[in-house]
Amino acid sequence: MWRFIASRVLQAIPVLFIVITLTFFLVRFAPGGPFSTEKAVVPEVKRALEAQYQLDQPLLAQFGSYLTDLVHGDFGPSFKYPGRTVNELIAAGFPATAELGLYALLVAVVLGMAAGIVAALNPNSWRDYVPMSAAMIGICMPTFLLGPLLVLIFGLWLEWLPVSGWGEVSGDKILPSITLGAAYAAYIARLTRSGMLEVLSQDYIRTARAKGLPEYVVVFKHALRGGVIPVVAFLGPAFAGLLSGSFVVETIFQVPGLGRFFVQAAFNRDYTLILGSTVFFAVLIVVFNLLSDVLAAWLNPRLRAGLGVK
Amino acid sequence: MTVFRALLVITLSVMTACSGGERRVEQGTRDGILHFGNGTEPQGVDPHTTTGVPEHHIEQALFEGLVGKDPETLAPVPGVADRWEISADGRVYRFHLRENARWSNGEAITAEDFRWSWWRGLQPALGNEYAYMLYPIRNAEAYATGKLTDFSQVGVRVIDLHTLEIELTAPTPYFMQLLDHESMFPVPRKVIEKFGTPVDRFSQWTRPGNMVSNGPFRLTEWKLYKYVRLEKNPYYWDAANVKLNGIVFYPTENTITEERLFRSQQLHVTSSIPLDKIPVYRTSRSDELRVDPYLGSYYYMINVKRPGLNDARVRRALAMAIDRDSLIKNVLDGVNFPAYSMTPPGTAGYQPPILFKFDPEGARKLLADAGYPGGKGLPKIEILYNTNEAHRKIAVALQQMWKTNLNIDVTMLNQEWKVYLDSRNSLDYSVARAAWIGDYVDPDTFLNMWITGGGNNDTGWSSAEYDDLILHKIPAMHTQEERFAGFTRAETILMQEMPIIPIYIYSTKYLIHPSVKGMPTNLLDYYAFKHIHLEPET
Amino acid sequence: MNATRIEDYEQGTSLWRDAWIRLRKNRLAVIGGMTLIVVTLLCLLAPFVSPYGYEQQDLVLGAAGPSARHWLGTDVFGRDLLTRILYGGRISLMVGLIATGVALIIGVTWGAIAGYAGGRVDAVMMRFVDIVYALPFMIFVVLLMVVFGRNLLLLFLVIGAVEWLTMARIVRGQVQGLKQLEFIEAAVSLGLSGWTIIRRHLIPNAIGPVIVYTTLTIPSVMLLEAFISFLGLGIQPPQSSWGSLIAEGVETMEEFPWLLIFPGMALSLTLFALNFLGDGLRDALDVRTSRD
Repeated sequence: MWRFIASRVLQAIPVLFIVITLTFFLVRFAPGGPFSTEKAVVPEVKRALEAQYQLDQPLLAQFGSYLTDLVHGDFGPSFKYPGRTVNELIAAGFPATAELGLYALLVAVVLGMAAGIVAALNPNSWRDYVPMSAAMIGICMPTFLLGPLLVLIFGLWLEWLPVSGWGEVSGDKILPSITLGAAYAAYIARLTRSGMLEVLSQDYIRTARAKGLPEYVVVFKHALRGGVIPVVAFLGPAFAGLLSGSFVVETIFQVPGLGRFFVQAAFNRDYTLILGSTVFFAVLIVVFNLLSDVLAAWLNPRLRAGLGVK
Repeated sequence: MTVFRALLVITLSVMTACSGGERRVEQGTRDGILHFGNGTEPQGVDPHTTTGVPEHHIEQALFEGLVGKDPETLAPVPGVADRWEISADGRVYRFHLRENARWSNGEAITAEDFRWSWWRGLQPALGNEYAYMLYPIRNAEAYATGKLTDFSQVGVRVIDLHTLEIELTAPTPYFMQLLDHESMFPVPRKVIEKFGTPVDRFSQWTRPGNMVSNGPFRLTEWKLYKYVRLEKNPYYWDAANVKLNGIVFYPTENTITEERLFRSQQLHVTSSIPLDKIPVYRTSRSDELRVDPYLGSYYYMINVKRPGLNDARVRRALAMAIDRDSLIKNVLDGVNFPAYSMTPPGTAGYQPPILFKFDPEGARKLLADAGYPGGKGLPKIEILYNTNEAHRKIAVALQQMWKTNLNIDVTMLNQEWKVYLDSRNSLDYSVARAAWIGDYVDPDTFLNMWITGGGNNDTGWSSAEYDDLILHKIPAMHTQEERFAGFTRAETILMQEMPIIPIYIYSTKYLIHPSVKGMPTNLLDYYAFKHIHLEPET
Repeated sequence: MNATRIEDYEQGTSLWRDAWIRLRKNRLAVIGGMTLIVVTLLCLLAPFVSPYGYEQQDLVLGAAGPSARHWLGTDVFGRDLLTRILYGGRISLMVGLIATGVALIIGVTWGAIAGYAGGRVDAVMMRFVDIVYALPFMIFVVLLMVVFGRNLLLLFLVIGAVEWLTMARIVRGQVQGLKQLEFIEAAVSLGLSGWTIIRRHLIPNAIGPVIVYTTLTIPSVMLLEAFISFLGLGIQPPQSSWGSLIAEGVETMEEFPWLLIFPGMALSLTLFALNFLGDGLRDALDVRTSRD
């Protein structure tokens, strides 16, 4: 198992290098630069700006010095926010994004798995149709719709919860977490149901039932383990998706998160901030995909053998 | 399922574990704290390295120039200077600085502070995008573009500790207005030099704790993507008349969220309002809605190099086929004024000539004269706009008007902002949406951009007579009547050639809580934060 | 044709024929399928169904609720909403079909090969997936638009190109699990080629999660289209799609709720139908679950 993890960590190095290289050149070739504005900038001023950010040097030299700084943990200065470094912006935005992502994941896993298990245990009954219909609606409902809708109902009509904010008044984290988690809950519900149905029909479950084991032992001890493998494979990218896809929710609820920085950076062509956030998210994706693979291996005895796990 | 239920309860209780509170507006009104929706996260608060409107708002509260503006009439009022003299030829200004003007750390402000600040603002290496606001000053442009390296030849002279003399290249009737622009604000030399070189864009001098400013407020806290908090500056010379204890600026890039924040009493003032909300507020809460003319023009630019569009008759036909009244009434909720000229009527008292009107019959005739009867044979036209709800709506309406009135097929293309700017600059479009907000109240700000090769003239249009008027004839004119006659001639050329189609005059639209007083409306969307006060509703 | 070939062929047909029979017995799946056909036909026949054009404006009428003349009401330009939903459905159904198809083909193939091959091949293929995941999507789209210009086919490819990643991970996970089962080992010892094993045994056995995930991909694809159109790559006004109608409806949900509700219902109805059909298909194709 440790060898497996170590080799994956080693593999991450070329992955990150390719991501950095591709992103570096992608953003440079995208139309419009950080200093293109509606009111035309005087050519002398533009040249001075480009000199301050070393944009006047050959592209490869810029790439080289970027890599050198990166190795030292320095993401460079932001183009859009003078006086701020990308490290500082990421450090400022990440805690809220991570917290939001974590709560959303909790919402997604708890609601999704509960609904999926209930549905799988009662196939083709109302206890199957109701949670699965709810899941379908959850999937159809994009966050840009669900967020404003929840705000309208719980924030403005019922006045139960704050309209927006993050850690300012009590309860202001509930709506953003639910909004972000809902779609993923729905996915997880669907994946859990099908995974569970699959496992419940297999011989070892029949054996367990035949042995007269109580139903909850059969379900939670034996069936759930195999039934959630597709869910676990989904969780790695899902958490990365929760983090990088949270900008809509962050904007709707005024959450001071990295998603907002990232999207604004892309719109502003803030080269260093785009690169910095991309690298940061890439590391997270690699880490979470690894975690989800390890977890899947641990849950699946057949795979465990393949990985040399005892 | 009890396990899941327990988990759910834990999740929810973790999320709710925060401090309670009351509505920000009530609390703020009581404590004298203004909660201000400010559009986007500010780039920074260094007046020489920032350009946007949100930054402008914060800097207006943090700094003060030689003179300020009356928020109602926009006439110059004393700022750091308490009196001034202007020479008879209108080229030399002498300002007397008040002796009790202080930085927010208690140190005195002198004439040298202004000289040094403008020196910094004109440093080519700093990359100050608004340096051109200082160009009316003699030799400022030459210095900023590196053609002149000796700053003593620039028209700024320190006479004594409290007297500053400015010499202009030519009499500039709107110069007093420029003095209130952020590029003319004084910046604290000692602090800036403590945290780096004067031309260092990466300096930390504007951080809370480091920053020193000279306006009615000073910076206390800055939480990225949450808020920027200002408190009253006790050293401000007029502190006795500053009624607010503080201002909190929020980045509210989503106008729908912003309106909801306002509705749930979290903001005193918003930066904008979604178009579709205007009728709602107008009928039920009209005291909270502000809609006022704004010194800006919304127009369509035409690429005059494109076949078909290179004929002025076609361009005029397009302009005449737009029913601006219907557009404004039915699509824009009646908040704007139709425009038939580049310069908004009444700018500094100037009335531009009106040379065309909505006339589908005349437009069809012009199109036929140009060789495209009934729209036949006219090369394809595509409306380019940057992605935005209002721009999309206008394009959709105009497309249909051109189809109905001229029988021409027009397609639409939206592009993300930076891509749009790129297409525009490289003349890679046929018709593009554009707008211009005046930098100062004078027709010059709307008309000088259309000279040949002007940085914002992305139409390919050029006229020798127009260039001569704007660059040579008008600057040499001394009386306002002469100048206005010159502008009328320029505007006439522009509207006959029609490289741009005026559509409407901008308006400011925002929401304001009834407890906010002392915030009158004006053409420049200018807020004098020192005069604003909050009164609880009765 | 030699003997084993014929056997394989017959086995194949009977599997699909059995599945078809089972599918037809599934009432919900049949209803789902019928609904899809009706929706598709309505969208295709939009010009005959509706007397209005999708771009035909009535500025004076503006946004009005449902009435006898406009069954689902009109938008701010006075355009008939029903007509716009029908025309929008053409785009959305096409995006859903083609982009999901692209994602399905790439994702399943990629995941199955990676999972079956294992070792270095698996590592390289899955790290490639990680790389594509990490690239900034928005910049990527903007750049594609500049390089290739605006065109609908590109839109479908772009969406397909991002949606296959999760599919690949899921299929790979399934295949890895199945690989160690006895019947695969048996197939290997029989000397069947790797490709045959993947195609004949691994993919059919992983089909449950694949179908579920496919039905989940279709809505996200349709909504992604709205975002890409927002960036300027997708469809342009006055054309519409369900995604863009919903996105616009959200902005006026309090003033003109019908502009959100009806496009939302069109999308939901289609997805429900798809979902029932998908579940039916899964049950019909999956030999094991259908026994219960």
